[in-house]
Amino acid sequence: MPSLGADMEAGRLVEWLVKPGDTVRRGDVVAVVETQKGAIEIEIFKDGTVTELLADLGSELSVGAPLATVLAEGEAPGARPGAPAPSPPAPENAKARAAEPDVAPATTEPPEAKPAPQSPPASVRQPSPVPTAPPAAPGPRRASPAARQLAEAHGIDLATLTGSGPGGAILFADVEHATSGARDTKASPIAEMRKAIAAAMTRAKRTIPHFYLSQTIDVDPAIAFLERRNAGCPPEDRILLGALFVRATVLAATKVPEMNGHYLDEQGFVLSPAVNAGVAIALRGGGLVAPALIDAVSMTLEETMAGMRDLVGRARAGRLRGSEMTQGTITISSLGESGAEAMTGVIFPPQVALVGIGAPQLRPWVVDGAVVPRHVVTLTISADHRVSDGRKVARFIAAFETLIQKPETL
Amino acid sequence: MTSPDYRAVFLEELCRIAPDIDPETVGDNDHIQDDLELDSMDILNLVTALSERLGIDIPEKDYPAISTVKSAADYLSRQGA
Repeated sequence: MPSLGADMEAGRLVEWLVKPGDTVRRGDVVAVVETQKGAIEIEIFKDGTVTELLADLGSELSVGAPLATVLAEGEAPGARPGAPAPSPPAPENAKARAAEPDVAPATTEPPEAKPAPQSPPASVRQPSPVPTAPPAAPGPRRASPAARQLAEAHGIDLATLTGSGPGGAILFADVEHATSGARDTKASPIAEMRKAIAAAMTRAKRTIPHFYLSQTIDVDPAIAFLERRNAGCPPEDRILLGALFVRATVLAATKVPEMNGHYLDEQGFVLSPAVNAGVAIALRGGGLVAPALIDAVSMTLEETMAGMRDLVGRARAGRLRGSEMTQGTITISSLGESGAEAMTGVIFPPQVALVGIGAPQLRPWVVDGAVVPRHVVTLTISADHRVSDGRKVARFIAAFETLIQKPETL
Repeated sequence: MTSPDYRAVFLEELCRIAPDIDPETVGDNDHIQDDLELDSMDILNLVTALSERLGIDIPEKDYPAISTVKSAADYLSRQGA
């Protein structure tokens, strides 16, 4: 069971997508796990053949517990040590190794910590490098296999339940909640997600010495650029201001690498060669996820927008992948096109910076000595003082501002 | 198509974009951002779906016209006429 978040301790296996005898390649989606943050697809970390599934559907497994045995080509079954214990305690450093999307290693040795987050391979479920998320299909209520099984066992009609998973999917915990009725003492999935967020944010504020720098930036050039670009464009080709912000963040991070990476207890700051841009997505009903656009530097603006649409669509449908949840190297949280003027955010560990962007506001602004109305946004960088200081963050802000005012370069 | 037809289509596409919204609970004057908590990406997906289904172009400047079920049904009726 890989760690799928900074404070994840356990997850419930709800779906196997492989069976013994199947050949798998690194990056293939092999299972679905329900966590406090919803259903997450688990990718495998090596090529090989699945020889044994070690975990049962519906079982609650600690981080580090083996899920399956996979043998590499030419590896004899007898070559590996005895099957690992079904549910070993989570390794102490597992939480710090949030960047490790593995299934069960073929040996009992714990996986090595990655020196830096890396781009994952294409997943078997990934239809294209920059897929556009289709709307969720209508039809019967979506529910995880484990939830269906439990509902069947208790004679519960899924249509009568309210799903608390992303996109309204019915989770095992929803059915469990319904079966326990009045004597229930277990928190609902939404409450569980709030608990997970609370734990991660409390840890972040307790362990990361945050400091903050803000700047208000004229975004009229960016808005005008989008108006020109989107005019006459079919909706599927339109670009939102948020994509420009993500693109500016990604390029600014390449200029100030101290803002991009992970701070690990044993190693200190580990700079990431790739920029994996976490995008904060608010879920209706409460909760927040921040899946990452992997290797966002290599994307065009159009690909960035398509990637964001895909992430939002899959966040709503409960189909985010483990690598996306753990390999972010810097997160962008934007308040959208309406809302509060500024946001000072909490860094998502083990990352070292969060870019908070308020909603655009129309304000009097001095341009060429004259006061004119301009749309501005307030950019607030939350940074980790163990890794960077005010000068570095100021450089990041300056780079962001330069980029956003020349949107055609994004 | 009549205005009630457009209302039904709008509600159907809205609930496909946001499957956790129960169509029974959506009021005609509920604001899709303030009340139903759609974000800008959801709205773009909704506009895309409506455009594909109805063949009606909804430019960005008209997004405020589809901010409630009622106003959207009226807008789509006019555009589709």
